[in-house]
Amino acid sequence: MMKYSEEYRDQELVHKLSRRLREFSPGPATLMEVCGTHTMAVARFGLKSLLPPGVKLVSGPGCPVCVTSQEDIDAFLALGGMPGTLLATFGDMMRVPGSLTSLEKERAQGTEVRVVYSPLDAVALARENPDREVIFFGVGFETTMPATAVAAKAAAAENLANFSIFSVHKTMPAALRALLGSGEVKVAGLLLPGHVTTITGPAAYNFIPQEFHLPCAVTGFEPVDILLGVSSLLKQITAGEALVDNVYTRAVQTPANPRAQALLAEVFVPEDAVWRGLGVIPDSGAGLREEYAPFDAKRRFADRLAETPPAKPTACRCGEVLRGTLAPRDCSQFDRTCTPSQPLGPCMVSHEGACAAVYKYERR
Amino acid sequence: MCLAIPMRIVEIDGFLAVAEVDGVRREARLDLLPEAAVGDYILVHAGLAIATVDPEAAEETLTVLRQLSYDEVQ
Repeated sequence: MMKYSEEYRDQELVHKLSRRLREFSPGPATLMEVCGTHTMAVARFGLKSLLPPGVKLVSGPGCPVCVTSQEDIDAFLALGGMPGTLLATFGDMMRVPGSLTSLEKERAQGTEVRVVYSPLDAVALARENPDREVIFFGVGFETTMPATAVAAKAAAAENLANFSIFSVHKTMPAALRALLGSGEVKVAGLLLPGHVTTITGPAAYNFIPQEFHLPCAVTGFEPVDILLGVSSLLKQITAGEALVDNVYTRAVQTPANPRAQALLAEVFVPEDAVWRGLGVIPDSGAGLREEYAPFDAKRRFADRLAETPPAKPTACRCGEVLRGTLAPRDCSQFDRTCTPSQPLGPCMVSHEGACAAVYKYERR
Repeated sequence: MCLAIPMRIVEIDGFLAVAEVDGVRREARLDLLPEAAVGDYILVHAGLAIATVDPEAAEETLTVLRQLSYDEVQ
């Protein structure tokens, strides 16, 4: 038995919660599940069918693979073209198409690409391959950033001259502010990403109820957790309230872990970042601090990166999917020219992408 | 990508723990949670423990839900 997971999949509790949701449903309401891990859980457990009539869930910008820009993918691929390079990446990035190629295709062509489970595994690769330039693709939100920070500190402590990080890490509150501020997204409430919030703390999202008057629920990833999140949002909507409600109390403590905040501040510095679908969002990226410049691939290989040609336009409409303005099934490419085996873009590649989730679990 | 699985700590050596779920063991760094102890459940993501599972909060959530369901039946 997987403790703290399986109890929250209990069929009886799930169905009772589902029935109860119908009792206080405010009528039609579109809610956004911000996090890609929620998108996958919702699809995998068939939770949309358990919501009251008219209550819909749309996916948000919380799939880190999906929001990585074409330019950043092209730039990382270009680094692989330097002799003696060993690229290290999380497995999710392997098949994401850049303008011309992907990490998987480059590996087949002879570029050395290794899939790692942890950024610390990339540090170990550098240690074991002193004749190679090991470059780690730092992708992910606040959940993942501490692991990269620990890797940067480990490399610095060992003075590992052949290790660097190509950081495209991004921070979630900044993206949500930009998304909601655009006025394009019409949602009545947000399920906030539970694991990102273990690091940021719930208070990082207080601006959403305060400035946008939208209810929020910090939500875990099992079926009971997600229905509890929906329940909190529907209750708030019915009561005309808007606050950040934490329904994932077993993991998310208030305030946030101060060590996590300190670690991130020690290694990273906010910088402007390009998000697929959202464009440039000020201070939403995480670059490496000056103190970590020797381990910053963007500084070390700036000349090479400057030569990367501009990204090519693509038929992929992931951008609209990530803004919650296009449902995967309404994309003319979906299940025609774009499938998991022949993906046009990251939302079909990442197993947490909205398109991949619909393809795998909800395809009619 | 933000998947983090609750795992039980079975060994600790300095900042490095060995944690287990369903018979699978993995190393997890405790940089963020130096106070974690053997027997605690931690959420592990990309080789790092990012949070401790609070057993009281976990039980409370379930108790409230079971109670709520019971009242409905009354």
